[in-house]
Amino acid sequence: MLGWIDDRIGAASWARTGLRKVFPDHWSFLLGEVALFCLVVLVATGVFLTLFYVPDATSVSYDGPYGPLQGTRVSAAFNSVMELSYEVRAGLVMRQIHHWAALIFVAAIVTHVVRVFITGAFRRPREINWLVGVSLLTLALAMGITGYSLPDDLLSGTGLRIIYSAVISIPFLGPYLAFLVFGGEFPTATIVSRLFVFHVMLLPAVLLGGVGLHLAILWRQKHTQFPGHGATEDNVVGRSFWPTQVFKSSGLALVTAAVLALLGGLAQINPIWSYGPFEASLVSAPSQPDWYVGWLDGMLRLFPPLEGTFLGVTIPAVFIAGVALPGIAFTMMALWPFIESRFITHDREEHNLLDRPQDNPLRTAIGVAALLTFTMLTVAGGNDVLALVFSVPVEGMTTVMRFAVVLVPLLGGIVAFRVAREVGRAEGAPVDGPVTVRPRPDGSYEDVPSDRPVE
Amino acid sequence: MTGERLVAGALGISVLASLGLVASYVVGPNPQLEGVLLALSLGGLGIAIVAWSQALMDNRISVEPRHPMPSTASERRAAEEAFAPGDLSRRTFLVRLLAGAVGALGAAVAIPVLSLGPAPGRSLFTTPWRDGIRVVDESGDPIRIGDIALETVRTVFPEGHVGSADAQTLLIRVRPGDLQLAADRAAWAPDGVIGYSKVCTHAGCPVGLYRTADHSLLCPCHQSTFDVLRGALPTFGPAVRALPQLPLGVDGDGNLVARGDFPEPVGPSFWNMTHTDGKS
Repeated sequence: MLGWIDDRIGAASWARTGLRKVFPDHWSFLLGEVALFCLVVLVATGVFLTLFYVPDATSVSYDGPYGPLQGTRVSAAFNSVMELSYEVRAGLVMRQIHHWAALIFVAAIVTHVVRVFITGAFRRPREINWLVGVSLLTLALAMGITGYSLPDDLLSGTGLRIIYSAVISIPFLGPYLAFLVFGGEFPTATIVSRLFVFHVMLLPAVLLGGVGLHLAILWRQKHTQFPGHGATEDNVVGRSFWPTQVFKSSGLALVTAAVLALLGGLAQINPIWSYGPFEASLVSAPSQPDWYVGWLDGMLRLFPPLEGTFLGVTIPAVFIAGVALPGIAFTMMALWPFIESRFITHDREEHNLLDRPQDNPLRTAIGVAALLTFTMLTVAGGNDVLALVFSVPVEGMTTVMRFAVVLVPLLGGIVAFRVAREVGRAEGAPVDGPVTVRPRPDGSYEDVPSDRPVE
Repeated sequence: MTGERLVAGALGISVLASLGLVASYVVGPNPQLEGVLLALSLGGLGIAIVAWSQALMDNRISVEPRHPMPSTASERRAAEEAFAPGDLSRRTFLVRLLAGAVGALGAAVAIPVLSLGPAPGRSLFTTPWRDGIRVVDESGDPIRIGDIALETVRTVFPEGHVGSADAQTLLIRVRPGDLQLAADRAAWAPDGVIGYSKVCTHAGCPVGLYRTADHSLLCPCHQSTFDVLRGALPTFGPAVRALPQLPLGVDGDGNLVARGDFPEPVGPSFWNMTHTDGKS
């Protein structure tokens, strides 16, 4: 069999090097793998869902087994998701696994990005793969938002309404762009089928292509590694691809899928029957989106009521809070490898050994501050729920969060910087120059900078 | 050997769970059972494979050299030479024409994107409300002032447009003396029945909550708050503009009617929203 293939495509030497390829081992390197395996589960369950979903906004009367909605006018799309959930054998578990996989997919990507950022794995020669990775994160978010809106329920419809408002807020282009995307003034009959095309065809094609590119570049450049255990800039220390890595990764894939199956079976998610079908004049309170969109909602909630008109051009608050600031955040993130090497570290060397958080306290601090900003905004996205939990007026909650979103990241960043620096010093990170250790009169020792290098 | 036993046990659980999964499919729908069995069958297999790799495999650490990413100088030169434009560099006119042709083709095939939606025109500035059109509830029934109790709120539409997203209006009845409206709008609220656009001026959510204590309308999406007595001016949250007020009146039969469209565009802001003079 192998001989037959090798005769035709000459794969033996290529396969041998591939199978022997060495992969460094560290638990944090598995985060990206978890994201990949969630994607596999998403594709598998997604194909199943696609076979039952009807991307159609036509109004029909619900007459399925769920009593409270019987006789209600719903869209054919909503109806098909109800049918999938209540009447298709194994349909609900597939749908719930798909939704959980989506939530954990984005979570795994975000933690993977944090790992890559904090360890400086984006440095030369890996800037291209960082850019590919940031694009994949954006695509994953787009996949999440388009998929979440497909059931045409009240909660996701409200989310879509806000997205439409964000699009029309763009100066000059907004109304035209919104009408092109939605096919007219919100709500339109075409949007569900358009989201469907994006969610099951265009975005997955680009996403899967991007993942392929991400892995191909990783394969070509070889994985980074932490210092120690004989690891240097010029070698890779770890276990060979076959059989160890393949077995371990397949095991991780199956365990990831098992966790998703458990969640999909036991933890109810997105119960559209309790939200009801979308109706333009209805809204639920509270209204919370999926977790990875919460920060954008928090941004909209916290942003002060500022709206200016310059030369007849209105700059809506929603544009600044919902489009401009997130756009700047993503741009900064994408360009970070270049910003860091040019303005902060002035380091243009190739790096295959990873930094630990204490090796670059400033980067660690920026990472912590960014993460805290994201967390504070996400918390703000649930300010009405929190106000209810703490029995305080939502106005007070919002005011507190307006301060917290600035102060907490600032303080957190400073603390992270100091801790990282102290940890680095305590374990003897490189100091500025050579030092001499000199005994003090009281018997202790002190470091004194040497004028000359130590012999 | 314990490693072998662990692998065998995990594989056994996986097989049993898979058989159980088939059985549960045949017996009847039970999402919880399906999820748990699927988890056991995937997890058993996964744990078996990981245990196998850790306990039964040669886990030697290997070291592999890394090769620097840049190619050698001579390779680079060779690649540059291979890529050299040669003939192309001499035929600048044709090359430019070629680029122009490709660009023109690109523009031509991109144009059909415009078919995706109509131009906005005046649609963001107007709603179906017109002078004389009757105010109806969700079931399409006309409303008389007497139908609305004090301090209650109802969602209403123009007759013939029930469910309309941009025309949805909140009808609230307060004591006429409590209203502090602009002089030119005071007459728009007969007997204290006042109508405001239900579309939030912040991000377009329906302003679904009414707090009677301070006569405030609240948007559940981003907590923008509007003062009903003072022309729905925003009092808290991210909204900047008041909810547009619908001119209301009563027709000869005693039914509530609109006395025109909203004086300002409803819903979220857009760049040319102040251009309400008929030109967009």
